[in-house]
Amino acid sequence: MTTTSDAVRSPVRARERTPNTAADRMKALGRAELTLLARNKSAMFTVLALPTVLTVSMHSAVSSMDLKQTGLTVGTVLLPGALGYVLLFAVYSTLTGVYVVRREELVLKRLRTGELRDLEILAGAALPAVLIGLAQAVLLAVGGSVLMDVPVPGTLWLAVVGLLLGMVVMGALAAATAAVTKSAEGAQIAVMPMMMLSIAGSGMVVPLDVLPGKLASFCELLPLSPVVGMIRDGWTGAGTGEVLRELLVMVVWTFIAVLVVRKRFRWEPRR
Amino acid sequence: MAGTANVIEAEELRRTYAGGFEAVSGISFSVARGELFALLGTNGAGKTSTVELLEGLAPPSGGSVRVLGHDPYTERAAVRPRTGVMLQEGGFPAELTVAETVRMWAGCTSGRPEGARRSRSVRGGGRATGGAVDEALELVDLGRRSDVRVKQLSGGEKRRLDLALALLSRPEVLFLDEPTTGLDAEGRRDTWELVRALRDGGTTVLLTTHYLEEAEALAERLAILHNGRIAASGRVDEVVAAQPSHIAFELPDGYHLGDLPPLDRLGVSSHETSGRTVRLKTNALQQAATGLLLWARDSGVELRGLDVRSASLEEAFMKIAQDQRQEEETLR
Repeated sequence: MTTTSDAVRSPVRARERTPNTAADRMKALGRAELTLLARNKSAMFTVLALPTVLTVSMHSAVSSMDLKQTGLTVGTVLLPGALGYVLLFAVYSTLTGVYVVRREELVLKRLRTGELRDLEILAGAALPAVLIGLAQAVLLAVGGSVLMDVPVPGTLWLAVVGLLLGMVVMGALAAATAAVTKSAEGAQIAVMPMMMLSIAGSGMVVPLDVLPGKLASFCELLPLSPVVGMIRDGWTGAGTGEVLRELLVMVVWTFIAVLVVRKRFRWEPRR
Repeated sequence: MAGTANVIEAEELRRTYAGGFEAVSGISFSVARGELFALLGTNGAGKTSTVELLEGLAPPSGGSVRVLGHDPYTERAAVRPRTGVMLQEGGFPAELTVAETVRMWAGCTSGRPEGARRSRSVRGGGRATGGAVDEALELVDLGRRSDVRVKQLSGGEKRRLDLALALLSRPEVLFLDEPTTGLDAEGRRDTWELVRALRDGGTTVLLTTHYLEEAEALAERLAILHNGRIAASGRVDEVVAAQPSHIAFELPDGYHLGDLPPLDRLGVSSHETSGRTVRLKTNALQQAATGLLLWARDSGVELRGLDVRSASLEEAFMKIAQDQRQEEETLR
């Protein structure tokens, strides 16, 4: 710092500033988060390996299921389930951890002193998980289709919309879960209810069609159910008969999540 | 806005935390453009709670705050591009390198110097290039540490990284919350030099510190915070001048206090003795010292342990803290 005085320049006045867009800021933050994700071995395993491993391990269970009355095949049960795993592990669970850890590290507080708006911080930090999740969903869908000889989705756009909306719902729920979680250790437990309920009750393993009526109606209201439902209906070409109900469930969950985040999300750790 | 307008204005500022604890209890002050203003106080005085309101991290529970003419909390987009912030405890992801951290921040900052947008890490040389990143790191002497992970930095290096980020946008207003806490003597001196250079370049600086010498060395004006209130404020010499000066000496053998010239005629406001040692307080140091020394010469005695001291910021600070404590105890 010997040349300090020479190096310091006068402040830049407001009108001389190069403007900076929300996209610039989220890109910069997303890039940093991607670097961090790549350096975190256990997160990389959760994001990259778990969805595939779980899908493969479900294969024999689904194969022994009696699917005749539902019109589904092993492939159309397994593949939407695989995308469900991507949403749960690569997006929901990973993001909850990211938010909580960045809060503990005081990174969120530091970011809030800058130009990023609150939503940009949450969205920018979510970019890598969402993008990796999307890439992986595509790989699983294509690879699984080829291996299990599943035809191309009948209503492809519906499956794609379902997946994209699923990213939004999971991202919002991750922020909400982080909002009610106090510590990094707590985050691993805090994501469990949502993970268990979704795997058991959102049609990922057992299609809701084969459940008793009342139980099925309840399960339809779980956050991931409309997502898996939409993806499956897109695949089977079953049509858009359920779309309105599914959209409504997604909107309600997202709304609840946003409400929790607005009320409860803390940007710095409790002291 | 005129060049001389107040850049920071706080009026009757209050901050009450969820538990009901009031950390800031109605403080008012203003900072002019280009000025360096210090909030001085002991730990828990309310410095950080105040600065966070100025930075726009939280809304005040009462009163108002304007930074560059805007509410820093509700008009964040208007204020943030023009301010730089160094928190008391900054947070950076532990697994990013220094250069990656600066690059991330540069991407989130407008008005950044040319080159920031195109900066890329060039392998081989193993160093980040790009004007802004290098320049920011050179400024705080972290250039050689650019490829080191943040978790491997020392406490002082983390503070300097934090400062580099606060300066990245070349802000008009700089908030520094205890910028030298945890730095060694050299690091502190370097930071002082940098802050002075920034001030000379026209940056408005608000800094908090619990180091008296730091406030004395850097600040043009300061406010002493105590228990969420401003106990004293003004130019450093004004705050100091409001405090009495001290004279201490040992009474020569065989002399009593009554043998001295009448103390009120010397301009002494109060005195105390312990053993043979006499301590005088005065607001007219020259008059009191002259009277005392003339008496000693005329009496042919030596005043052993003679200590004549004008008021310092430290005494002002201690006195204010002490007065407030006594006040509170009598209230209880």
